[in-house]
Amino acid sequence: MSEKKGRFGVHGGQYIPETLMNAIIELEEAYEHYKNDPEFNRELTALLNDYAGRPSLLYRADKMTADLGGAKIYLKREDLNHTGSHKINNVLGQALLAKKMGKTRLIAETGAGQHGVATATAAALMGMECVVFMGEEDTKRQALNVYRMRLLGAEVIPVTTGTATLKDAVSEAMREWTKRISDTHYCLGSVMGPHPFPTIVRDFQAVISRESRAQILEAEGRLPDAVIACVGGGSNAIGSFYHYIPDEGVRLIGCEAAGRGIDTFETAATVNMGRIGIFHGMKSYFCQDEYGQIAPVYSISAGLDYPGVGPEHAHLHDIGRAEYVPVTDDEAVNAFEYLSRTDGIIPAIESAHAVAYAMKLAPTMDKDKIIIITISGRGDKDCAAIARYRGEDINE
Amino acid sequence: MSNIRSAFTNGKAFIPFITCGDPDLETTAKAVRAAAENGADLIELGIPFSDPTAEGPVIQGANIRALAGGVTTDKIFDFVKELRRDVKIPMVFMTYANVVFSYDAERFMARCCESGIDGIILPDLPFEEKDEFSAVAKQYGVDLISLIAPTSENRIAMIAKEAEGFIYVVSSLGVTGERTEITTNIGDIVKVIRENTDVPCAVGFGISKPEQAQKMAALSDGAIVGSAIIKLLEKYGKDAPDHIGAYVREMKNAVMK
Repeated sequence: MSEKKGRFGVHGGQYIPETLMNAIIELEEAYEHYKNDPEFNRELTALLNDYAGRPSLLYRADKMTADLGGAKIYLKREDLNHTGSHKINNVLGQALLAKKMGKTRLIAETGAGQHGVATATAAALMGMECVVFMGEEDTKRQALNVYRMRLLGAEVIPVTTGTATLKDAVSEAMREWTKRISDTHYCLGSVMGPHPFPTIVRDFQAVISRESRAQILEAEGRLPDAVIACVGGGSNAIGSFYHYIPDEGVRLIGCEAAGRGIDTFETAATVNMGRIGIFHGMKSYFCQDEYGQIAPVYSISAGLDYPGVGPEHAHLHDIGRAEYVPVTDDEAVNAFEYLSRTDGIIPAIESAHAVAYAMKLAPTMDKDKIIIITISGRGDKDCAAIARYRGEDINE
Repeated sequence: MSNIRSAFTNGKAFIPFITCGDPDLETTAKAVRAAAENGADLIELGIPFSDPTAEGPVIQGANIRALAGGVTTDKIFDFVKELRRDVKIPMVFMTYANVVFSYDAERFMARCCESGIDGIILPDLPFEEKDEFSAVAKQYGVDLISLIAPTSENRIAMIAKEAEGFIYVVSSLGVTGERTEITTNIGDIVKVIRENTDVPCAVGFGISKPEQAQKMAALSDGAIVGSAIIKLLEKYGKDAPDHIGAYVREMKNAVMK
């Protein structure tokens, strides 16, 4: 039986206003064409290697491994990419695609600001106009990234509706796209939204697992036992998982932001706490009340502070291929500090959620087992907020 | 035949939109009755949603006020049933897919049928996804209203052929809200619709003034107004129904010209 277009099991689909349908169909057709176009792929590979600094390192974290006393830990260093996170992988792909489609303007949503910075960067590089929507709450949490985007020539629009976080930034970017379609590409930052975005973003992020698979085979002569990544919408996680999905022996573990705990209302752990629903163009799991009103979620991490999850993750959960575990603010902050001290790497607070779970898992595994943790971004942007969390008031 | 068709038998139709529970259901009831008494041909009742992505700031505000006031889908069904005792014109819901989906689509449509709702407009349910609800909607006699946008172009015929109730022609790009000028060539869109169906079509998005309503209704079968009415509720609160009645009278007269 053939599955419906753009579906991952029952999830996915295209639940968007009619106004956007032709734009989405145009994008799908362009992507289907260019993804197999040798010239497009040559250009993209050149951008990823010569501009973004790929391939990213797979670093064996000996000190963390020794300290935890269990499985051998490798870090996939997406924090070393230009702009400081995995977001650039997707953005370079989409910006190049948009340019081929004749678009001259990129719009984007951003939570922590990493996707906004990456989009502003690609727009500067390719000579495109750029507008980034960011929840007002997040512009305060991530003031430095707001400045970076403006420095790169982008206009940053603070979103004051709803909870003034990532969810509202996505809604506002969608509204903007319905206003201005002909010259504008919506550069969606995660594996979410209507088809074809979850597929396009996954394909551009799959470079993470394509590299890490080859790197671990080179280093260890075998596949890892577990791959761990943080999940908000889920772009770095799906990129980290993708090429291991057929390898049943590799555990795939997504770490959700539990905020103050999944037994509280201040959480963003969608797979653990949510129900199936339809929002932001897709069918997937969402944190919502009994009447389908989307819940105001919370996490210390602006990048994971989202009430939904990408449809492919929802499907991987349904079929039991991936596990989704909650990690609290406290655990993430501890991991943020821990990795900084053990291996001299300051991870993004988002990535620290993955580190935190590895800290629990590694000691339970034998020394001949292997874990790969994706460090999706660097933590410089989070230093002021973590200092505040620890009761220290510093100027950014 | 769909009950909605009767809304288009009294000359050009005027269709007001009101968000249920803004600021409370008593006011909504008075507003609906005022609209019906003053010539409204069909009422669009909004079930508020936390994140209405197709709405501009005015209707977003109505959604927030209504939810803050504690309205729920269940309370709205009870409210409509009560309203149906004396309001005879067709009524349709306007809400978002998740409101229907999370309630359980079959249960939702059954309650629409029982309370006297004739159709439903879901701006985030395009043609490609209407299978999500179309079978249960049909089973309970609820018309799933199709939207056609300025960007629909080659899709108009396909959508029109399967349309039921009436067709909601979106006048402009973007979200709901008043506009000084509507530049889309509505006449061209309506022409293609007419070639493919005899289901009536009404134009909405951006209409607030009598001259605009008159012009849009002249090109189609009616005009839909949301934000301008919500602004009256925003401004006058519980005293809005009288103002809404007067406004509806003025707009109905305009579309009949």
